[in-house]
Amino acid sequence: MGVMDQVELPKPVKYVFNWGRKYSLWCFNFGLACCAIEFIAASTSRHDFIRHGVIPFAHGPRQADLLVVSGTLTDKMAPAVKRLYEEMPEPKYVISFGSCANCGGPYWDSYSVTKGVDQIIPVDVYVPGCPPRPEALLDGIIALQDMIQKESLKERIAGRRLDPITLGADEPLPSDSSPALPSGGRAP
Amino acid sequence: MSDLSTRERVHPGSAPGEDFHLEIVGDGDFQTADMKLSIGPAHPATHGVFRIVLEMDGERVTGARPVIGYMHRGFEKLAEHRDYRQIKALVNRHDWLSGFSNELGVALAVERMMEMEVPDRAQWIRMLLAEWNRILNHLMFIGSYAIELGAITPMFYAFREREDIQHLLESATGGRLHFTYNQVGGLKIDLPKGFLRQSTELSALIRKRVPDYHDLVLGNDIFQARTVGVGPLPPEVALSLGVTGPTLHATGVPEDSRVTEPYLKYGEIDVDVPVGENGDSFDRFYCLLARISASLDIIDQIHDHLPAGPVNTKLPKMVKAPEGATYLRTENPLGQLGYWLESDGGRTPWRLKMRTPSFSNVQAIPYLLEGVLVPDAIAVLGSVFFVVGDIDR
Repeated sequence: MGVMDQVELPKPVKYVFNWGRKYSLWCFNFGLACCAIEFIAASTSRHDFIRHGVIPFAHGPRQADLLVVSGTLTDKMAPAVKRLYEEMPEPKYVISFGSCANCGGPYWDSYSVTKGVDQIIPVDVYVPGCPPRPEALLDGIIALQDMIQKESLKERIAGRRLDPITLGADEPLPSDSSPALPSGGRAP
Repeated sequence: MSDLSTRERVHPGSAPGEDFHLEIVGDGDFQTADMKLSIGPAHPATHGVFRIVLEMDGERVTGARPVIGYMHRGFEKLAEHRDYRQIKALVNRHDWLSGFSNELGVALAVERMMEMEVPDRAQWIRMLLAEWNRILNHLMFIGSYAIELGAITPMFYAFREREDIQHLLESATGGRLHFTYNQVGGLKIDLPKGFLRQSTELSALIRKRVPDYHDLVLGNDIFQARTVGVGPLPPEVALSLGVTGPTLHATGVPEDSRVTEPYLKYGEIDVDVPVGENGDSFDRFYCLLARISASLDIIDQIHDHLPAGPVNTKLPKMVKAPEGATYLRTENPLGQLGYWLESDGGRTPWRLKMRTPSFSNVQAIPYLLEGVLVPDAIAVLGSVFFVVGDIDR
Protein backbone atom coordinates (compact mmCIF):
# COMPACT_ATOMS: atom_id res chain seq x y z
CA MET A 1 0.00 0.00 0.00
CA GLY A 2 3.05 2.20 0.23
CA VAL A 3 2.53 5.50 1.91
CA MET A 4 -1.19 5.37 2.53
CA ASP A 5 -1.03 3.08 5.48
CA GLN A 6 1.73 5.20 7.05
CA VAL A 7 0.39 8.75 6.98
CA GLU A 8 -2.98 10.40 7.35
CA LEU A 9 -3.84 12.03 4.02
CA PRO A 10 -4.53 15.78 3.94
CA LYS A 11 -8.24 16.53 4.05
CA PRO A 12 -8.77 17.63 0.41
CA VAL A 13 -6.78 14.67 -0.91
CA LYS A 14 -8.68 12.33 1.35
CA TYR A 15 -11.98 13.73 0.09
CA VAL A 16 -11.10 13.21 -3.56
CA PHE A 17 -9.56 9.86 -2.84
CA ASN A 18 -12.59 8.54 -0.98
CA TRP A 19 -14.91 10.01 -3.59
CA GLY A 20 -13.08 7.98 -6.21
CA ARG A 21 -13.12 4.82 -4.14
CA LYS A 22 -16.78 4.90 -3.26
CA TYR A 23 -17.93 5.08 -6.87
CA SER A 24 -15.84 2.19 -8.15
CA LEU A 25 -16.80 -0.70 -5.93
CA TRP A 26 -16.07 -3.92 -7.72
CA CYS A 27 -18.52 -6.27 -6.21
CA PHE A 28 -18.25 -9.99 -5.64
CA ASN A 29 -21.66 -11.53 -5.18
CA PHE A 30 -21.63 -14.52 -2.92
CA GLY A 31 -25.06 -15.73 -3.96
CA LEU A 32 -26.26 -18.40 -1.61
CA ALA A 33 -30.04 -18.52 -1.68
CA CYS A 34 -33.20 -16.55 -2.46
CA CYS A 35 -31.51 -13.20 -1.85
CA ALA A 36 -29.15 -13.86 -4.74
CA ILE A 37 -32.15 -13.59 -7.07
CA GLU A 38 -32.96 -10.17 -5.66
CA PHE A 39 -29.29 -9.24 -6.01
CA ILE A 40 -29.46 -10.14 -9.70
CA ALA A 41 -32.72 -8.19 -9.98
CA ALA A 42 -30.92 -5.18 -8.49
CA SER A 43 -28.15 -5.49 -11.07
CA THR A 44 -30.47 -5.66 -14.09
CA SER A 45 -32.16 -2.83 -15.89
CA ARG A 46 -35.10 -1.96 -13.62
CA HIS A 47 -32.99 -1.18 -10.54
CA ASP A 48 -29.51 -1.09 -12.03
CA PHE A 49 -26.96 -0.46 -9.28
CA ILE A 50 -24.23 0.02 -11.85
CA ARG A 51 -25.40 3.63 -12.00
CA HIS A 52 -24.21 3.91 -8.37
CA GLY A 53 -20.76 2.75 -9.40
CA VAL A 54 -21.09 -0.83 -8.20
CA ILE A 55 -19.73 -3.19 -10.81
CA PRO A 56 -20.91 -6.79 -10.39
CA PHE A 57 -18.37 -8.32 -12.76
CA ALA A 58 -15.44 -8.95 -10.42
CA HIS A 59 -13.76 -12.07 -11.74
CA GLY A 60 -13.08 -13.35 -8.31
CA PRO A 61 -12.45 -12.27 -4.76
CA ARG A 62 -8.93 -11.06 -5.60
CA GLN A 63 -10.32 -8.36 -7.87
CA ALA A 64 -13.15 -7.32 -5.58
CA ASP A 65 -13.62 -4.47 -3.12
CA LEU A 66 -17.07 -5.37 -1.92
CA LEU A 67 -18.43 -8.74 -0.87
CA VAL A 68 -22.20 -9.10 -0.83
CA VAL A 69 -23.20 -12.18 1.11
CA SER A 70 -26.74 -12.86 -0.01
CA GLY A 71 -28.50 -15.83 1.44
CA THR A 72 -28.36 -18.54 4.06
CA LEU A 73 -24.92 -19.43 5.25
CA THR A 74 -24.65 -23.03 6.38
CA ASP A 75 -21.96 -24.50 8.57
CA LYS A 76 -20.68 -26.53 5.65
CA MET A 77 -20.35 -23.39 3.52
CA ALA A 78 -18.79 -21.15 6.18
CA PRO A 79 -15.10 -22.11 5.64
CA ALA A 80 -15.39 -21.27 1.94
CA VAL A 81 -16.86 -17.83 2.68
CA LYS A 82 -14.11 -17.11 5.18
CA ARG A 83 -11.45 -18.11 2.69
CA LEU A 84 -12.96 -15.99 -0.07
CA TYR A 85 -13.06 -13.02 2.29
CA GLU A 86 -9.42 -13.54 3.20
CA GLU A 87 -8.49 -13.62 -0.48
CA MET A 88 -9.87 -10.12 -0.99
CA PRO A 89 -7.35 -7.27 -0.80
CA GLU A 90 -7.70 -4.46 1.77
CA PRO A 91 -9.59 -2.16 1.94
CA LYS A 92 -12.55 -4.50 1.66
CA TYR A 93 -16.19 -4.13 2.57
CA VAL A 94 -18.96 -6.57 3.33
CA ILE A 95 -22.71 -6.15 2.91
CA SER A 96 -24.79 -8.76 4.63
CA PHE A 97 -27.88 -8.99 2.45
CA GLY A 98 -30.98 -10.58 3.89
CA SER A 99 -32.13 -11.94 7.21
CA CYS A 100 -30.34 -15.26 6.85
CA ALA A 101 -26.97 -13.59 6.37
CA ASN A 102 -27.75 -11.18 9.22
CA CYS A 103 -28.86 -13.60 11.90
CA GLY A 104 -30.09 -16.89 10.48
CA GLY A 105 -33.53 -15.53 9.56
CA PRO A 106 -36.32 -18.11 9.36
CA TYR A 107 -33.79 -20.85 10.11
CA TRP A 108 -32.97 -19.47 13.54
CA ASP A 109 -33.57 -22.89 15.11
CA SER A 110 -31.96 -25.01 12.42
CA TYR A 111 -29.12 -27.36 13.28
CA SER A 112 -27.12 -26.69 10.13
CA VAL A 113 -27.33 -22.93 9.61
CA THR A 114 -24.72 -20.41 10.75
CA LYS A 115 -26.67 -17.74 12.62
CA GLY A 116 -25.27 -14.74 10.83
CA VAL A 117 -22.28 -14.20 8.58
CA ASP A 118 -20.84 -11.78 11.15
CA GLN A 119 -19.82 -14.80 13.19
CA ILE A 120 -17.03 -15.47 10.72
CA ILE A 121 -16.29 -12.21 8.90
CA PRO A 122 -16.78 -8.54 9.87
CA VAL A 123 -19.80 -6.86 8.30
CA ASP A 124 -20.14 -3.19 7.35
CA VAL A 125 -23.79 -2.90 6.36
CA TYR A 126 -26.71 -5.10 7.33
CA VAL A 127 -29.67 -5.08 4.96
CA PRO A 128 -32.72 -6.67 6.61
CA GLY A 129 -35.54 -8.39 4.77
CA CYS A 130 -36.52 -11.86 3.66
CA PRO A 131 -35.57 -11.34 0.94
CA PRO A 132 -34.96 -7.58 0.94
CA ARG A 133 -36.24 -5.71 -2.09
CA PRO A 134 -33.68 -4.55 -4.66
CA GLU A 135 -34.36 -1.02 -3.46
CA ALA A 136 -33.11 -2.08 -0.02
CA LEU A 137 -29.82 -3.17 -1.57
CA LEU A 138 -29.52 0.20 -3.28
CA ASP A 139 -30.13 1.82 0.10
CA GLY A 140 -27.44 -0.36 1.65
CA ILE A 141 -24.98 0.54 -1.08
CA ILE A 142 -25.59 4.25 -0.56
CA ALA A 143 -25.11 3.82 3.20
CA LEU A 144 -21.82 2.03 2.52
CA GLN A 145 -20.70 4.79 0.16
CA ASP A 146 -21.40 7.40 2.84
CA MET A 147 -19.30 5.34 5.21
CA ILE A 148 -16.42 5.14 2.74
CA GLN A 149 -16.56 8.91 2.21
CA LYS A 150 -16.21 9.51 5.95
CA GLU A 151 -13.48 7.06 6.79
CA SER A 152 -9.71 7.37 6.81
CA LEU A 153 -7.86 4.93 4.61
CA LYS A 154 -5.01 4.64 7.08
CA GLU A 155 -7.35 3.56 9.83
CA ARG A 156 -9.11 1.14 7.54
CA ILE A 157 -5.93 -0.58 6.43
CA ALA A 158 -4.90 -0.84 10.04
CA GLY A 159 -8.08 -2.83 10.52
CA ARG A 160 -10.04 -0.20 12.48
CA ARG A 161 -13.52 -0.03 11.13
CA LEU A 162 -16.39 2.33 11.68
CA ASP A 163 -19.39 0.87 13.46
CA PRO A 164 -21.52 -1.28 11.18
CA ILE A 165 -24.71 0.23 9.79
CA THR A 166 -28.02 -1.57 10.15
CA LEU A 167 -30.57 -0.24 7.74
CA GLY A 168 -33.76 0.88 9.43
CA ALA A 169 -32.26 0.59 12.90
CA ASP A 170 -32.41 4.33 13.62
CA GLU A 171 -36.18 4.27 13.20
CA PRO A 172 -38.07 3.12 16.30
CA LEU A 173 -39.23 -0.45 15.97
CA PRO A 174 -42.93 -1.17 16.49
CA SER A 175 -42.08 -3.24 19.53
CA ASP A 176 -40.53 -0.22 21.26
CA SER A 177 -43.95 1.32 21.82
CA SER A 178 -45.60 -1.90 22.94
CA PRO A 179 -45.82 -2.65 26.67
CA ALA A 180 -42.89 -4.49 28.14
CA LEU A 181 -43.15 -8.23 28.40
CA PRO A 182 -43.67 -9.69 31.85
CA SER A 183 -40.40 -10.75 33.37
CA GLY A 184 -39.25 -14.09 32.09
CA GLY A 185 -42.07 -14.13 29.54
CA ARG A 186 -41.55 -14.86 25.87
CA ALA A 187 -42.93 -12.95 22.97
CA PRO A 188 -46.17 -14.55 21.78
CA MET B 1 8.57 -31.99 -14.42
CA SER B 2 7.86 -32.09 -10.72
CA ASP B 3 7.00 -35.30 -9.01
CA LEU B 4 3.26 -35.66 -9.27
CA SER B 5 2.97 -37.69 -6.14
CA THR B 6 3.80 -34.63 -4.03
CA ARG B 7 0.81 -32.75 -5.42
CA GLU B 8 -2.35 -33.03 -3.46
CA ARG B 9 -5.49 -31.05 -3.73
CA VAL B 10 -7.45 -30.43 -0.62
CA HIS B 11 -10.52 -28.33 -0.93
CA PRO B 12 -11.46 -26.02 1.93
CA GLY B 13 -15.05 -27.20 1.85
CA SER B 14 -14.30 -30.90 1.51
CA ALA B 15 -15.34 -33.27 4.21
CA PRO B 16 -12.65 -34.94 6.31
CA GLY B 17 -11.30 -38.03 4.65
CA GLU B 18 -12.63 -37.08 1.25
CA ASP B 19 -10.38 -38.53 -1.43
CA PHE B 20 -8.64 -35.86 -3.43
CA HIS B 21 -5.39 -37.67 -4.01
CA LEU B 22 -4.20 -38.15 -7.54
CA GLU B 23 -3.77 -41.61 -8.86
CA ILE B 24 -0.41 -41.94 -10.61
CA VAL B 25 -0.14 -44.19 -13.63
CA GLY B 26 2.97 -45.04 -15.68
CA ASP B 27 6.51 -44.52 -14.49
CA GLY B 28 9.58 -42.45 -15.13
CA ASP B 29 9.11 -39.62 -17.60
CA PHE B 30 5.77 -41.03 -18.68
CA GLN B 31 4.21 -40.56 -15.29
CA THR B 32 0.77 -39.12 -15.59
CA ALA B 33 -2.33 -38.71 -13.50
CA ASP B 34 -6.01 -38.29 -14.06
CA MET B 35 -7.04 -34.91 -12.82
CA LYS B 36 -9.74 -34.30 -10.29
CA LEU B 37 -11.25 -30.90 -10.76
CA SER B 38 -13.53 -29.52 -8.11
CA ILE B 39 -16.01 -27.02 -9.51
CA GLY B 40 -17.77 -25.00 -6.84
CA PRO B 41 -19.18 -24.66 -4.26
CA ALA B 42 -18.97 -21.03 -5.31
CA HIS B 43 -18.62 -21.00 -9.05
CA PRO B 44 -20.53 -18.87 -11.54
CA ALA B 45 -21.30 -21.86 -13.74
CA THR B 46 -23.16 -23.74 -11.06
CA HIS B 47 -25.53 -20.89 -10.14
CA GLY B 48 -25.77 -21.51 -6.46
CA VAL B 49 -23.54 -23.41 -4.13
CA PHE B 50 -23.56 -26.66 -6.03
CA ARG B 51 -20.26 -28.45 -6.10
CA ILE B 52 -19.23 -31.10 -8.57
CA VAL B 53 -16.00 -33.06 -8.72
CA LEU B 54 -14.95 -33.96 -12.25
CA GLU B 55 -12.47 -36.69 -12.99
CA MET B 56 -10.71 -35.78 -16.19
CA ASP B 57 -8.49 -37.46 -18.69
CA GLY B 58 -7.06 -34.45 -20.47
CA GLU B 59 -9.99 -32.38 -21.68
CA ARG B 60 -12.49 -35.18 -21.40
CA VAL B 61 -14.61 -35.85 -18.35
CA THR B 62 -14.44 -39.49 -17.32
CA GLY B 63 -16.55 -39.25 -14.22
CA ALA B 64 -18.53 -36.72 -12.23
CA ARG B 65 -19.70 -36.72 -8.67
CA PRO B 66 -22.04 -34.01 -7.38
CA VAL B 67 -21.27 -33.01 -3.80
CA ILE B 68 -24.43 -31.68 -2.25
CA GLY B 69 -25.36 -30.35 1.16
CA TYR B 70 -23.88 -26.85 1.06
CA MET B 71 -27.37 -25.40 1.26
CA HIS B 72 -28.83 -27.91 3.68
CA ARG B 73 -31.01 -25.98 6.09
CA GLY B 74 -32.97 -28.80 7.66
CA PHE B 75 -36.43 -27.95 6.29
CA GLU B 76 -37.93 -31.32 7.08
CA LYS B 77 -36.89 -31.09 10.72
CA LEU B 78 -37.90 -27.44 11.05
CA ALA B 79 -41.35 -28.25 9.65
CA GLU B 80 -41.94 -30.52 12.63
CA HIS B 81 -41.68 -27.47 14.87
CA ARG B 82 -43.95 -25.11 12.94
CA ASP B 83 -47.71 -25.25 12.94
CA TYR B 84 -49.67 -25.75 9.74
CA ARG B 85 -49.97 -22.04 9.06
CA GLN B 86 -46.28 -21.38 9.56
CA ILE B 87 -45.06 -24.19 7.33
CA LYS B 88 -45.99 -22.34 4.19
CA ALA B 89 -43.54 -19.57 5.03
CA LEU B 90 -40.90 -22.24 5.31
CA VAL B 91 -41.67 -24.31 2.24
CA ASN B 92 -41.80 -21.45 -0.23
CA ARG B 93 -38.13 -20.94 0.49
CA HIS B 94 -36.70 -24.35 -0.43
CA ASP B 95 -37.19 -23.76 -4.14
CA TRP B 96 -36.97 -20.00 -4.09
CA LEU B 97 -37.91 -19.60 -7.72
CA SER B 98 -41.26 -21.33 -7.36
CA GLY B 99 -42.50 -20.21 -3.98
CA PHE B 100 -46.15 -20.19 -4.89
CA SER B 101 -46.17 -23.75 -6.21
CA ASN B 102 -44.43 -25.02 -3.07
CA GLU B 103 -46.87 -23.47 -0.63
CA LEU B 104 -49.71 -24.68 -2.83
CA GLY B 105 -48.49 -28.25 -2.35
CA VAL B 106 -48.54 -27.99 1.43
CA ALA B 107 -51.92 -26.24 1.48
CA LEU B 108 -53.42 -28.95 -0.72
CA ALA B 109 -51.93 -31.70 1.42
CA VAL B 110 -53.31 -30.24 4.66
CA GLU B 111 -56.69 -29.63 3.04
CA ARG B 112 -56.84 -33.21 1.85
CA MET B 113 -56.09 -34.49 5.34
CA MET B 114 -58.70 -32.22 6.89
CA GLU B 115 -61.17 -33.13 4.10
CA MET B 116 -61.82 -29.51 3.47
CA GLU B 117 -63.81 -28.05 0.58
CA VAL B 118 -62.01 -25.16 -1.04
CA PRO B 119 -64.16 -22.52 -2.82
CA ASP B 120 -64.04 -22.65 -6.61
CA ARG B 121 -62.74 -19.12 -6.97
CA ALA B 122 -59.78 -19.84 -4.69
CA GLN B 123 -58.88 -22.89 -6.75
CA TRP B 124 -58.92 -20.95 -10.01
CA ILE B 125 -56.88 -18.11 -8.56
CA ARG B 126 -54.37 -20.61 -7.23
CA MET B 127 -53.99 -22.00 -10.73
CA LEU B 128 -53.61 -18.54 -12.19
CA LEU B 129 -50.83 -17.57 -9.81
CA ALA B 130 -49.14 -20.95 -10.06
CA GLU B 131 -48.88 -20.51 -13.82
CA TRP B 132 -47.49 -16.99 -13.47
CA ASN B 133 -44.99 -18.41 -11.02
CA ARG B 134 -44.04 -21.06 -13.56
CA ILE B 135 -43.26 -18.37 -16.11
CA LEU B 136 -41.21 -16.44 -13.54
CA ASN B 137 -39.16 -19.53 -12.82
CA HIS B 138 -38.56 -20.40 -16.48
CA LEU B 139 -37.51 -16.84 -17.34
CA MET B 140 -34.82 -17.01 -14.67
CA PHE B 141 -33.37 -20.18 -16.17
CA ILE B 142 -33.56 -18.81 -19.71
CA GLY B 143 -31.43 -15.88 -18.58
CA SER B 144 -28.99 -17.87 -16.47
CA TYR B 145 -28.45 -20.60 -19.04
CA ALA B 146 -27.59 -18.03 -21.68
CA ILE B 147 -25.08 -16.45 -19.27
CA GLU B 148 -23.42 -19.81 -18.77
CA LEU B 149 -22.97 -20.10 -22.52
CA GLY B 150 -21.46 -16.63 -22.72
CA ALA B 151 -24.41 -14.41 -23.60
CA ILE B 152 -25.27 -11.71 -21.09
CA THR B 153 -28.07 -9.90 -22.91
CA PRO B 154 -30.85 -12.52 -22.51
CA MET B 155 -30.61 -12.07 -18.74
CA PHE B 156 -31.65 -8.44 -19.09
CA TYR B 157 -34.55 -9.40 -21.32
CA ALA B 158 -35.60 -12.11 -18.89
CA PHE B 159 -35.53 -9.73 -15.95
CA ARG B 160 -37.53 -7.12 -17.83
CA GLU B 161 -40.34 -9.67 -17.99
CA ARG B 162 -39.71 -10.95 -14.50
CA GLU B 163 -40.05 -7.48 -13.00
CA ASP B 164 -43.38 -6.98 -14.78
CA ILE B 165 -44.71 -10.30 -13.51
CA GLN B 166 -43.39 -9.73 -10.01
CA HIS B 167 -45.10 -6.36 -9.99
CA LEU B 168 -48.38 -8.02 -10.91
CA LEU B 169 -48.05 -10.73 -8.28
CA GLU B 170 -46.94 -8.23 -5.68
CA SER B 171 -50.16 -6.30 -6.17
CA ALA B 172 -52.10 -9.37 -5.08
CA THR B 173 -49.81 -11.04 -2.57
CA GLY B 174 -47.42 -8.40 -1.29
CA GLY B 175 -44.36 -10.52 -2.06
CA ARG B 176 -41.85 -10.56 -4.87
CA LEU B 177 -40.37 -14.02 -4.40
CA HIS B 178 -42.12 -15.56 -1.42
CA PHE B 179 -45.80 -14.92 -1.73
CA THR B 180 -47.30 -16.68 1.31
CA TYR B 181 -50.67 -16.19 -0.36
CA ASN B 182 -52.11 -19.66 0.12
CA GLN B 183 -53.89 -20.59 3.25
CA VAL B 184 -55.30 -23.82 4.46
CA GLY B 185 -58.79 -23.66 3.00
CA GLY B 186 -58.22 -20.97 0.40
CA LEU B 187 -56.31 -17.78 -0.04
CA LYS B 188 -55.24 -14.97 2.26
CA ILE B 189 -57.38 -12.32 0.53
CA ASP B 190 -59.17 -11.86 -2.77
CA LEU B 191 -57.42 -10.44 -5.81
CA PRO B 192 -57.22 -6.65 -5.84
CA LYS B 193 -59.42 -4.58 -8.11
CA GLY B 194 -58.12 -4.43 -11.68
CA PHE B 195 -55.90 -7.51 -11.29
CA LEU B 196 -57.60 -9.43 -14.05
CA ARG B 197 -57.28 -6.58 -16.50
CA GLN B 198 -53.58 -6.19 -15.71
CA SER B 199 -53.08 -9.93 -15.90
CA THR B 200 -54.73 -10.05 -19.33
CA GLU B 201 -52.64 -7.16 -20.59
CA LEU B 202 -49.42 -8.67 -19.26
CA SER B 203 -50.23 -12.04 -20.76
CA ALA B 204 -50.64 -10.39 -24.17
CA LEU B 205 -47.44 -8.38 -23.70
CA ILE B 206 -45.35 -11.41 -22.78
CA ARG B 207 -46.84 -13.41 -25.62
CA LYS B 208 -45.62 -10.66 -27.91
CA ARG B 209 -42.14 -10.79 -26.38
CA VAL B 210 -41.63 -14.56 -26.42
CA PRO B 211 -40.46 -14.51 -30.08
CA ASP B 212 -37.58 -12.31 -28.89
CA TYR B 213 -36.15 -15.30 -27.05
CA HIS B 214 -36.58 -17.51 -30.07
CA ASP B 215 -34.62 -15.02 -32.17
CA LEU B 216 -32.10 -14.09 -29.53
CA VAL B 217 -31.25 -17.44 -28.01
CA LEU B 218 -32.86 -20.44 -29.66
CA GLY B 219 -32.16 -19.34 -33.23
CA ASN B 220 -28.65 -18.21 -32.43
CA ASP B 221 -25.97 -20.16 -34.31
CA ILE B 222 -23.54 -20.14 -31.41
CA PHE B 223 -26.22 -21.32 -29.02
CA GLN B 224 -27.13 -24.16 -31.35
CA ALA B 225 -23.50 -25.14 -31.84
CA ARG B 226 -23.03 -25.32 -28.07
CA THR B 227 -26.20 -27.26 -27.27
CA VAL B 228 -27.49 -29.42 -30.16
CA GLY B 229 -26.53 -33.02 -29.51
CA VAL B 230 -24.79 -32.16 -26.24
CA GLY B 231 -25.69 -34.32 -23.26
CA PRO B 232 -28.50 -36.45 -24.71
CA LEU B 233 -30.59 -38.21 -22.09
CA PRO B 234 -32.51 -41.33 -23.22
CA PRO B 235 -36.09 -41.49 -21.93
CA GLU B 236 -35.64 -44.84 -20.21
CA VAL B 237 -32.63 -43.56 -18.25
CA ALA B 238 -34.52 -40.40 -17.33
CA LEU B 239 -37.48 -42.41 -16.06
CA SER B 240 -35.33 -44.83 -14.10
CA LEU B 241 -33.52 -41.94 -12.39
CA GLY B 242 -36.76 -40.21 -11.49
CA VAL B 243 -36.13 -37.15 -13.64
CA THR B 244 -39.23 -35.01 -14.09
CA GLY B 245 -40.31 -31.65 -15.46
CA PRO B 246 -38.82 -30.00 -18.54
CA THR B 247 -35.76 -32.24 -18.32
CA LEU B 248 -38.00 -35.29 -18.75
CA HIS B 249 -40.26 -33.66 -21.33
CA ALA B 250 -37.21 -32.96 -23.49
CA THR B 251 -36.72 -36.71 -23.85
CA GLY B 252 -40.20 -37.02 -25.34
CA VAL B 253 -42.10 -38.30 -22.31
CA PRO B 254 -45.12 -36.03 -21.65
CA GLU B 255 -45.49 -36.99 -17.99
CA ASP B 256 -47.04 -34.04 -16.21
CA SER B 257 -49.23 -34.40 -13.14
CA ARG B 258 -51.43 -31.53 -14.32
CA VAL B 259 -52.52 -33.89 -17.10
CA THR B 260 -52.06 -37.39 -15.72
CA GLU B 261 -53.35 -36.73 -12.21
CA PRO B 262 -55.10 -33.34 -12.35
CA TYR B 263 -55.34 -31.36 -9.14
CA LEU B 264 -57.18 -28.05 -8.61
CA LYS B 265 -59.19 -27.45 -11.81
CA TYR B 266 -56.58 -28.52 -14.33
CA GLY B 267 -58.95 -31.24 -15.51
CA GLU B 268 -61.38 -28.65 -16.84
CA ILE B 269 -58.98 -26.85 -19.15
CA ASP B 270 -56.57 -27.84 -21.91
CA VAL B 271 -53.03 -28.23 -20.68
CA ASP B 272 -50.43 -28.45 -23.38
CA VAL B 273 -47.18 -30.22 -22.49
CA PRO B 274 -44.45 -29.38 -24.98
CA VAL B 275 -42.02 -32.24 -25.54
CA GLY B 276 -38.66 -32.54 -27.24
CA GLU B 277 -37.21 -35.34 -29.35
CA ASN B 278 -33.59 -36.01 -28.53
CA GLY B 279 -33.34 -35.07 -24.87
CA ASP B 280 -30.22 -32.98 -25.45
CA SER B 281 -29.41 -29.58 -23.97
CA PHE B 282 -31.10 -27.78 -26.84
CA ASP B 283 -34.33 -29.71 -26.35
CA ARG B 284 -34.30 -29.04 -22.62
CA PHE B 285 -34.01 -25.35 -23.27
CA TYR B 286 -36.64 -25.53 -25.99
CA CYS B 287 -39.10 -27.20 -23.61
CA LEU B 288 -38.51 -24.47 -21.05
CA LEU B 289 -39.26 -21.77 -23.58
CA ALA B 290 -42.26 -23.59 -25.01
CA ARG B 291 -43.69 -24.04 -21.53
CA ILE B 292 -43.89 -20.27 -21.18
CA SER B 293 -46.27 -20.12 -24.14
CA ALA B 294 -48.17 -23.14 -22.79
CA SER B 295 -48.56 -21.42 -19.42
CA LEU B 296 -49.78 -18.25 -21.11
CA ASP B 297 -52.44 -20.34 -22.86
CA ILE B 298 -53.54 -21.72 -19.49
CA ILE B 299 -53.61 -18.22 -18.00
CA ASP B 300 -55.86 -16.99 -20.79
CA GLN B 301 -58.22 -19.91 -20.22
CA ILE B 302 -58.33 -19.18 -16.50
CA HIS B 303 -59.26 -15.56 -17.21
CA ASP B 304 -62.32 -16.84 -19.06
CA HIS B 305 -63.32 -19.33 -16.36
CA LEU B 306 -62.74 -17.40 -13.14
CA PRO B 307 -65.98 -17.55 -11.12
CA ALA B 308 -67.14 -15.12 -8.45
CA GLY B 309 -67.51 -16.11 -4.86
CA PRO B 310 -65.58 -16.40 -1.62
CA VAL B 311 -61.87 -17.24 -1.60
CA ASN B 312 -61.45 -18.76 1.83
CA THR B 313 -63.24 -20.91 4.33
CA LYS B 314 -63.65 -20.29 8.00
CA LEU B 315 -60.87 -21.97 9.88
CA PRO B 316 -60.86 -23.16 13.46
CA LYS B 317 -58.60 -21.19 15.77
CA MET B 318 -56.11 -24.01 15.79
CA VAL B 319 -55.51 -25.85 12.52
CA LYS B 320 -55.02 -29.50 13.37
CA ALA B 321 -54.77 -32.23 10.77
CA PRO B 322 -56.36 -35.49 11.89
CA GLU B 323 -54.13 -38.48 12.52
CA GLY B 324 -52.96 -40.12 9.34
CA ALA B 325 -50.77 -39.51 6.36
CA THR B 326 -51.05 -38.34 2.79
CA TYR B 327 -48.81 -37.97 -0.23
CA LEU B 328 -49.58 -35.16 -2.59
CA ARG B 329 -47.79 -34.42 -5.80
CA THR B 330 -47.98 -31.28 -7.83
CA GLU B 331 -46.29 -30.18 -11.01
CA ASN B 332 -43.74 -27.62 -9.92
CA PRO B 333 -41.98 -25.53 -12.56
CA LEU B 334 -38.93 -27.82 -12.41
CA GLY B 335 -40.73 -31.11 -12.08
CA GLN B 336 -42.78 -33.12 -9.67
CA LEU B 337 -42.92 -31.98 -6.13
CA GLY B 338 -44.26 -34.41 -3.60
CA TYR B 339 -45.10 -33.81 0.04
CA TRP B 340 -45.52 -36.75 2.37
CA LEU B 341 -47.35 -35.32 5.33
CA GLU B 342 -47.83 -37.41 8.41
CA SER B 343 -49.81 -36.16 11.37
CA ASP B 344 -50.37 -37.48 14.86
CA GLY B 345 -53.29 -35.13 15.37
CA GLY B 346 -51.26 -32.31 16.90
CA ARG B 347 -50.64 -28.72 15.93
CA THR B 348 -47.52 -29.53 13.93
CA PRO B 349 -46.87 -32.29 11.41
CA TRP B 350 -45.24 -35.38 12.79
CA ARG B 351 -43.22 -35.69 9.60
CA LEU B 352 -43.00 -33.74 6.37
CA LYS B 353 -41.01 -35.51 3.71
CA MET B 354 -40.24 -33.65 0.53
CA ARG B 355 -39.70 -35.19 -2.85
CA THR B 356 -38.17 -32.26 -4.64
CA PRO B 357 -37.71 -32.14 -8.42
CA SER B 358 -34.19 -30.70 -8.39
CA PHE B 359 -32.86 -33.49 -6.19
CA SER B 360 -34.10 -36.10 -8.63
CA ASN B 361 -32.97 -34.15 -11.67
CA VAL B 362 -29.35 -33.82 -10.55
CA GLN B 363 -29.16 -37.62 -10.32
CA ALA B 364 -28.88 -37.52 -14.10
CA ILE B 365 -25.76 -35.34 -14.03
CA PRO B 366 -23.13 -38.11 -13.54
CA TYR B 367 -24.70 -40.00 -16.46
CA LEU B 368 -24.83 -36.91 -18.68
CA LEU B 369 -21.30 -35.70 -17.96
CA GLU B 370 -19.50 -38.94 -18.70
CA GLY B 371 -17.42 -38.53 -21.83
CA VAL B 372 -18.16 -34.87 -22.56
CA LEU B 373 -15.56 -32.13 -22.94
CA VAL B 374 -15.12 -29.53 -20.20
CA PRO B 375 -16.85 -26.65 -22.06
CA ASP B 376 -19.74 -29.00 -22.82
CA ALA B 377 -19.89 -29.95 -19.17
CA ILE B 378 -20.95 -26.38 -18.39
CA ALA B 379 -23.57 -26.50 -21.14
CA VAL B 380 -24.94 -29.75 -19.71
CA LEU B 381 -24.87 -28.60 -16.09
CA GLY B 382 -26.87 -25.49 -16.88
CA SER B 383 -29.42 -27.37 -18.94
CA VAL B 384 -30.41 -29.75 -16.16
CA PHE B 385 -32.47 -27.14 -14.44
CA PHE B 386 -32.16 -27.20 -10.68
CA VAL B 387 -32.26 -24.89 -7.71
CA VAL B 388 -29.65 -25.69 -5.10
CA GLY B 389 -31.98 -25.05 -2.16
CA ASP B 390 -34.35 -27.55 -3.68
CA ILE B 391 -31.62 -30.21 -3.83
CA ASP B 392 -30.35 -29.80 -0.31
CA ARG B 393 -33.51 -28.58 1.43
